[in-house]
Amino acid sequence: MTTTEGSSRPPFYRDVRVLKWLFQLVVFAIVAAIALWLWGNFRRNAAASGIPTSFDFLSAPATFSIPGADFNPNSPVRSAYVVGFLNTLRVSIVGIILATVLGVLIGIGRLSTNWVVSRLSAVYVEVFRNLPLLVLLTFVFLGVVLQFMPPIAEAWTPVSWIIVSNRGIGVPWYEGVSGWALLLVLAIGMVGWWLIARWRQRVFERTGQPSRAGILGSGFFLVTLILGWVLLGAMLTLPSIDGRQIIDGIRVDPSFFALLLGLAIYTASHIAEITRGSIQAVPRGQGEAAAALALTGFQRMWKVILPQAMRIAIPPLGNQYLNLIKNSSLGAGFAYFELTNVTQTTVGNGSPSVPAFFLTLVIYVVISLVTSGLVNLANQRFKVVER
Amino acid sequence: MTSPPTTLGTGTRAARWARKHLFRTWLDSALTIVFGGLALYLIFRFVLFVFVNARWEIIQVNLKLLMVGRWPSDQLMVMAVSVAVLGLWVGLIAGLVHRRQMRAGQSRLTAMTGGQRVVDLVRRFGLIIGTVLLLLALTNTNGPWLMAATTVVASVVGRVIGGAAGTRVLPRWVARTGVLLLALVPFAIYVYLSRTLALADWEGFFFNITSAIAGIILCFPLGVLLALARRSKLRLLQSLSILYIEFVRGSPLFVLLLMANVSLEFFVPASIAPSKVIRAIVVFTIFTGAYLAEIVRGGLQSVPRGQEEAAKSLGLSPTKQMGLIVLPQALRNVIPAQIGQFISLFKDTTLAGLALGILDLLEGAKAITQQPDFRGQGLIIETLVFVGFLFWVGSFTMSRESQRLERKLGVGTR
Repeated sequence: MTTTEGSSRPPFYRDVRVLKWLFQLVVFAIVAAIALWLWGNFRRNAAASGIPTSFDFLSAPATFSIPGADFNPNSPVRSAYVVGFLNTLRVSIVGIILATVLGVLIGIGRLSTNWVVSRLSAVYVEVFRNLPLLVLLTFVFLGVVLQFMPPIAEAWTPVSWIIVSNRGIGVPWYEGVSGWALLLVLAIGMVGWWLIARWRQRVFERTGQPSRAGILGSGFFLVTLILGWVLLGAMLTLPSIDGRQIIDGIRVDPSFFALLLGLAIYTASHIAEITRGSIQAVPRGQGEAAAALALTGFQRMWKVILPQAMRIAIPPLGNQYLNLIKNSSLGAGFAYFELTNVTQTTVGNGSPSVPAFFLTLVIYVVISLVTSGLVNLANQRFKVVER
Repeated sequence: MTSPPTTLGTGTRAARWARKHLFRTWLDSALTIVFGGLALYLIFRFVLFVFVNARWEIIQVNLKLLMVGRWPSDQLMVMAVSVAVLGLWVGLIAGLVHRRQMRAGQSRLTAMTGGQRVVDLVRRFGLIIGTVLLLLALTNTNGPWLMAATTVVASVVGRVIGGAAGTRVLPRWVARTGVLLLALVPFAIYVYLSRTLALADWEGFFFNITSAIAGIILCFPLGVLLALARRSKLRLLQSLSILYIEFVRGSPLFVLLLMANVSLEFFVPASIAPSKVIRAIVVFTIFTGAYLAEIVRGGLQSVPRGQEEAAKSLGLSPTKQMGLIVLPQALRNVIPAQIGQFISLFKDTTLAGLALGILDLLEGAKAITQQPDFRGQGLIIETLVFVGFLFWVGSFTMSRESQRLERKLGVGTR
């Protein structure tokens, strides 16, 4: 205040720029102090109880087996994590597909002019949206799967190649080729589908002939798949019962089945609400214009309204997918060996808990970030381009 | 999209309605028959189960265990007093808020008679009232009935007092002390309850309800601070806040709870060994804080820039601009979203039971099927239906109330 020099800069303790940095540094120092305090406690407590703080445990033998996977108890914990990670992905991807199909159908159903369909859809949404997921999962696992699926001795076989029992569901599966060769065939089929779709689209734009990209593309895909299958010399094996277990084919674990069903039913109720909101957000004129062009009800929905609605729905849908992936961690409560269950088991078998759980958390965060990155990409790609 | 009138215009009103809503086309008729049949079958099975086949004795015998866990039976009076005081408190606040809204000319209740008000309340909270009556009917003592009656009387008295206090212009210091006292009531109730049974032993549905409320109250300051930090132009604060929010939002609650179960004791001095209930509440706070931060951020973005500029032109300091002008409007706009977050926390409290081994409503329901009297009889369905029903009634009523509030606040229409 007393300075009368030419430069009228305030003293540093009243300079906003300085104060801003000072404030930030103070907050940062507090956060850092708390973090250091926690870290120090951790080091001291870990040393006192002789528990390692490094990630060396990943190379130690796992000493537990994973049902439903080719997993040798002598292989390192690292490979158990990989199996758990793949199992998380498996239930998440299948669950996302199931929940989307079911949810979109129910969301459309809620707006149906048919009173029975719209009421039933509304009841579905209100019932499952307001139930805790864990209650639903427990109900599916303890109440339905374990109580009503028949024991292996009296397994239910609606057709000779499907076996349903409380030890698992057996369905036919391939044998004799590695997964990679099959993936290659799948990739060829998909790329072919995409190329055909592009070619037909150009033909349609040039000549106005109907593009029929869907039928031609999926036809090519199926033919490639079957040809590849035969050329690779793959065999189909049928499940059969041998004593007290299902052999051959592929066995779907009851725990996998219950987790998948619970996640799909629960998430579908949220997706239905998103779908309904998005369809209602499409301007009414679009549906009326489609009706004026004499499109049928199905064409109106499939070709005009849904594509626009789904564009609006991408961000909230992505959120639901993220929730489903994170909720798959509840599989640990139902003996499904996904990432969380593997972590819990290996910690129970003597791996240090802090690094083990930290690793799991980081994997989940990375999965979440990658998923939300993909959702953002999709959002960019399908965003309305204003002219 | 109207069909030709010739097909719809004849017949009685019911027949016309059916033709329009059930049998408009062949496909429609097929859908009606298939799904109508399915619905009838499901209703039939459900009614048959609930009223004929289900054996509800297991719930009746264990009702106290499911509701309040191992709360000492001779101390239930403490619980009753707390609930009655809570009723008085809710009534007082409802009365005050109503008066305030009336003075601001916003209340729709002024046009209602007393009878209409009761009807309105029953329509909105009928499910909860019905559930409470059902629970009372399952008890075999008079205590709970007395407790419910006292609570109703207390809340009506509170409502009347609150309404009367609201009409009067009180001296500022009286009003401020009153608001402070009102805000302290929940804490006082907590202290009163925990003197009978320490927080560490709270179980049953009581745990689910109280831990959800504790989580949402405690996470509030954290969430608002994180939201402000994320919006601020101070780079360091912003990055710290983003790091926290994205890390917590990317991790599953269940894994965080498991970590709290086995890893927490490594991070605090050995003298502090938090109980399972406290661990659960801490994790709920940390977890919900990140989500609340995103909600509040949305609210801050919804306040028009002009508000801040107007506050600035009045010469308010940055803190006052935010605290008196922007934040109140932002928080008001996101009340429905906050209720949504509370509902999901309420449902997620069941995870704590599984992860930490707390005997909450769900774990209790699983445990009672293992009692010698009920073991191996497949009663898990009965208990889970009961548990699901209680959670469902709470979440459903709250979500409907939040939709009502959303319409009333006119979020997104202004």
